[in-house]
Amino acid sequence: MTKTSFLTRSEAVGLAILALIIFVAFPVMLDDFRLNLFGKYLSYAFVAIGLVLCWGAGGILSLGQGVFFGLGGYCMAMFLKLEASTPEATAIQSTPGIPDFMDWNQISALPIWWQPFNSFAFTLIAIFVVPAAFAFVIGYAMFRRRVSGVYFAIITQAIAAIATILIVGQQGYTGGVNGITDLRTLMGWDIRPDGAKTVLYFVNAILLFGCLVVAMAIRKSKFGRVLVAMRDAEDRVRFSGYDVASFKIFIFCVGAMMAAVGGAMFTLQVGFMSPTIVGIVPSIEMVIFCAVGGRHSLMGAVYGALLVNWAKTTFSESFPELWLFGLGALFIAVVMAFPNGLAGLFDDYIKPRLRGWRQTPATAPQPAE
Amino acid sequence: MENPNFILTVEDLSVSFDGFKAVDGLSFYIEPNECRVIIGPNGAGKTTVLDLICGRTRATAGSIEFKGAELTRMREDQIVHAGVGRKFQTPSVYEDLTVFENLEISYPRGHTVFGALTFRRDGDVDARIREVAETIFLGDFLQERAAILSHGQKQWLEIGMLLIQDPQLMMLDEPVAGMSVAERKKTAELLNRIIRDRAVIVIEHDMGFVADIATRVTVMHQGKRLSEGSMAHVQADPKVVEVYLGH
Repeated sequence: MTKTSFLTRSEAVGLAILALIIFVAFPVMLDDFRLNLFGKYLSYAFVAIGLVLCWGAGGILSLGQGVFFGLGGYCMAMFLKLEASTPEATAIQSTPGIPDFMDWNQISALPIWWQPFNSFAFTLIAIFVVPAAFAFVIGYAMFRRRVSGVYFAIITQAIAAIATILIVGQQGYTGGVNGITDLRTLMGWDIRPDGAKTVLYFVNAILLFGCLVVAMAIRKSKFGRVLVAMRDAEDRVRFSGYDVASFKIFIFCVGAMMAAVGGAMFTLQVGFMSPTIVGIVPSIEMVIFCAVGGRHSLMGAVYGALLVNWAKTTFSESFPELWLFGLGALFIAVVMAFPNGLAGLFDDYIKPRLRGWRQTPATAPQPAE
Repeated sequence: MENPNFILTVEDLSVSFDGFKAVDGLSFYIEPNECRVIIGPNGAGKTTVLDLICGRTRATAGSIEFKGAELTRMREDQIVHAGVGRKFQTPSVYEDLTVFENLEISYPRGHTVFGALTFRRDGDVDARIREVAETIFLGDFLQERAAILSHGQKQWLEIGMLLIQDPQLMMLDEPVAGMSVAERKKTAELLNRIIRDRAVIVIEHDMGFVADIATRVTVMHQGKRLSEGSMAHVQADPKVVEVYLGH
């Protein structure tokens, strides 16, 4: 068989189980507060899915995905902040009608580049276009010069550091170290009550599945196989007539857009956006979500994001000082002991048994004589 | 030497790495349907010549003209689309993909980002891949991952990947290196079949094999052309005997 249907049976089952967990089990079992937390975890899963495409399939390790997550998040936060900064709500400011942090920083008019974010349509487009354009510039500069591997990873990490410094430094335009806070409504709809958070949880979940399907389609196309081929023997791909750089740029942009969608959903669900979510540490955490889930498995990425974030919340509630060590140990354990993450463990230990159970009744009968 | 019938014209080609001249003022001319074998001692610059033609290394000086197009200014993938195919010395295949998928990637369609995203495996693709797989003795291995193939089979697979591109100029770097005697014999048959309707440049050390396939032989030494002509001619050339064949 050389023709493949879009989903294999095990993939369809895997998607169905994941859908049951996210759409039924979590909303039923968790209270509103926890459900919102899990919604936040799932917004990180977008980044992890993008990393499976870039890193797992294409061998492009980016340690700066937080930047794209942040770009998406900031685009959404700018829109929400403008909506929250009506002249009536900000009447006590020296310049009413502009975001509060601008007023605190003696800025007396809305900067030109903030103005389009009054439009929701523009904001939605910007959530995709801004990170994609930025990823294109980085990708073009790096991949055309054949920068790859660890050098690329270091440069993306530097970009994450620069982005944080820039956001913190330009306090009057970005809200500085506090970020953009006190977000209230989306097109007049209050996003703060529990009911709204539940709705946002489901919107997030639907978008996440959309993202998963797009990622699966890419992996199953010839593009996906070319990515794997590039990872195995880049020169062979090049000398088979492919412009390797354009393939890398494209998948890097796709990963950036996915991260940005997650960032926008993060802002909506958590109610703020700040540089602490953009920098080096969160960017590395995002890679750990992907590694723990299994960098070759799209669904594993979702489980990885859920599990690591859940562990982070649980452990940092009880042992706040130890959490970072725990995270480091987890990463070392993944690299040393199970390089293919949870998905690898599942494939190696659980899948064969499942198959065993399924086959036993089918083959065991036929009583002899 | 002006001859419009040459498919490849290499003139005064030089490249130096940190002052070391790996290829030094080399000129040669390839006719369509010719099988040219380049021989020479280690370090003579043979592989570098192939690297220069396919764009992997940029020339310091000189020109490489293929069907009227100047290759020294083109990107690697553009050179491939112009009709030049290259096989590497160590077998270079995609271990994580199946034999079928390895060949499919070289199939000359859908090589842009958009083309690859929308590529469909239709009957033509399937038939062509099966045909090539039969030619390279891997018809029964289509659904196997390339990682499990033997060294010789990987060499064949890479030759198959070239074959499916159907290049007008095919460059093979030591295609029988590391093969068993039986595999070597099969490879010679295979190459003899596929080199017929195209120009071929082969680098090889096995003199029996060279005599078997070569139309003409170019002997390189220290980045320069030492001798050129028929196998009998170069074998009788005292300079060649001294630096290469004599050892």
